[in-house]
Amino acid sequence: MRKSVIASGVLLLAGLLVQSSAHAAERVVTDSGTTAWMLTSTALVLLMVPGLAMFYGGLVRTKNVLGTMMHSFGAMVIIGVLWPMVGYSLSFGPGVLGGFVGWDSNLFMLQGIDEKIMPTHIPEYVFAMFQGKFAIITPALIAGAFAERVNFKGYALFIALWSILVYSPICHWVWAPDGFLFNLGASGAIDFAGGTVVHISSGVTALVAALYLGKRRGYPRNVMHPNNLVMTLIGAGLLWVGWFGFNAGSAIASDLATARALTVTQVAAASGAFAWMIIEVFHHGKATSLGVASGILAGLVAITPAAGVVQPSGAFALGALAASICYTAILIKNRLGYDDSLDAFGVHGVGGIVGALALVFFIRPAWMADAAAKTASKSWTVWQQLGVQATAVGVTIAYAATLSLVLLVLVEKTVGLRISENDEMSGLDHSMHGEHGYGLINLN
Amino acid sequence: MKLITAIIRPDRLDHVREALIQADITRITVSRVTGHGRQEDIDIYRGQKIAPNLIPKIRLDIAVNDEFVDITVDTIIDAASHGEREIGAGKIFITPLEECIRIRTRERGGTAI
Repeated sequence: MRKSVIASGVLLLAGLLVQSSAHAAERVVTDSGTTAWMLTSTALVLLMVPGLAMFYGGLVRTKNVLGTMMHSFGAMVIIGVLWPMVGYSLSFGPGVLGGFVGWDSNLFMLQGIDEKIMPTHIPEYVFAMFQGKFAIITPALIAGAFAERVNFKGYALFIALWSILVYSPICHWVWAPDGFLFNLGASGAIDFAGGTVVHISSGVTALVAALYLGKRRGYPRNVMHPNNLVMTLIGAGLLWVGWFGFNAGSAIASDLATARALTVTQVAAASGAFAWMIIEVFHHGKATSLGVASGILAGLVAITPAAGVVQPSGAFALGALAASICYTAILIKNRLGYDDSLDAFGVHGVGGIVGALALVFFIRPAWMADAAAKTASKSWTVWQQLGVQATAVGVTIAYAATLSLVLLVLVEKTVGLRISENDEMSGLDHSMHGEHGYGLINLN
Repeated sequence: MKLITAIIRPDRLDHVREALIQADITRITVSRVTGHGRQEDIDIYRGQKIAPNLIPKIRLDIAVNDEFVDITVDTIIDAASHGEREIGAGKIFITPLEECIRIRTRERGGTAI
């Protein structure tokens, strides 16, 4: 009796072994190295959101510090709920409505991916969460343009609608395997980690919002000093660190492509900050800490679309170029007098456009050769790729600007977005949240 | 000369500051202070007297010549009250000011204000 139990146990075990090896043959298995790096990247990208909260929070006046940080944390909460519910399906489901957006009802609440391992050898859960962090930070970036003057309820509704109607479609076009920008030209529009999807879409929306909502009370007549540049610098540091997940994670691998993306990210950030510092020294005689922080961001934004295709020399050039053009854009903004309070367009919009277009001049030859091999005529030039890039940038700008304006008007007329003069004078912390950020320090 | 010391709610600072500038009272000193007035009366809680919380307030110090006392005080009152007749809108103290000296020019008295 006992013998037969053991024998059947051994048989069962053998059967299991056979079954599992058979499974291995027909199914993709996880690669623990890639999965581990993608999990790390996912966490790093989320770290950018509190980083952004600190970056923006330090730049506003004391009375608005919590209200401004709540714009970032609010995105973490609201998109954190929306993304697994519908956002992932809208962005990465198979195209519906003529490829306008994705949808797969199996992906509603991420139901269909419980067992799924992707061809990239990571569980689809990891990919869905990694992409979710991008969806969170993108609307949070917009908040810099209308800092210190929006209603929290209106903001919450705006980013929810924006995420569904602007972010998800653009994300689908650029990153879903059946997206039309993904398949444009010889080898697709190049957007490695979100130049169009994240930075241009949010930057352009920021500009439209700043123009539609109008200036802060007293701008530009009254000086509005940052309440805590120390916090801004810590935030810029967290963004830089988090960006390694943002860019090097976007390879969805843990290999040579990851190493390349990480290297050019580091080079572009440093070169952007260096260029900004040099420009300031020549222009004002002093290098400012806010200038260095802005230069870091300009460099990082510009390398975002390019991190998969350029070499370190290209990263150096893109960082420096983005810093000079963003610096000029902010000077022009001050001339024109519109109130993009924390330069969401000046850095993310302009830097993103510079990166997405100028990257074509620095593409590594191997990529161009691969692209040429995919065409019928076996040739593919920099100028043809520039055309593809310009199309992607143009489509993103036109779509984000139009839809955002519609959403802004809609939210303003229903819930209300611009706060009353009285609330604006009291500050967001008091009027929106009933709190104050600091104890006895920092008065302005 | 008088020294006007006003204690107001932090969320009314911008209202008061702007109103003062409109009324041509532009020389002010502002500090963040804490304290308690009648806003939180001392409670008896389970038979124990509880000290009220210290509440953040803004203190304005404004030195003025005698003829500007009324306009300054009226301006502060109008801008600092928030209309809800809630307690905690603040207080104004007026004290005689013996001397005022401008450090740069060593001027003394009313012209130095």
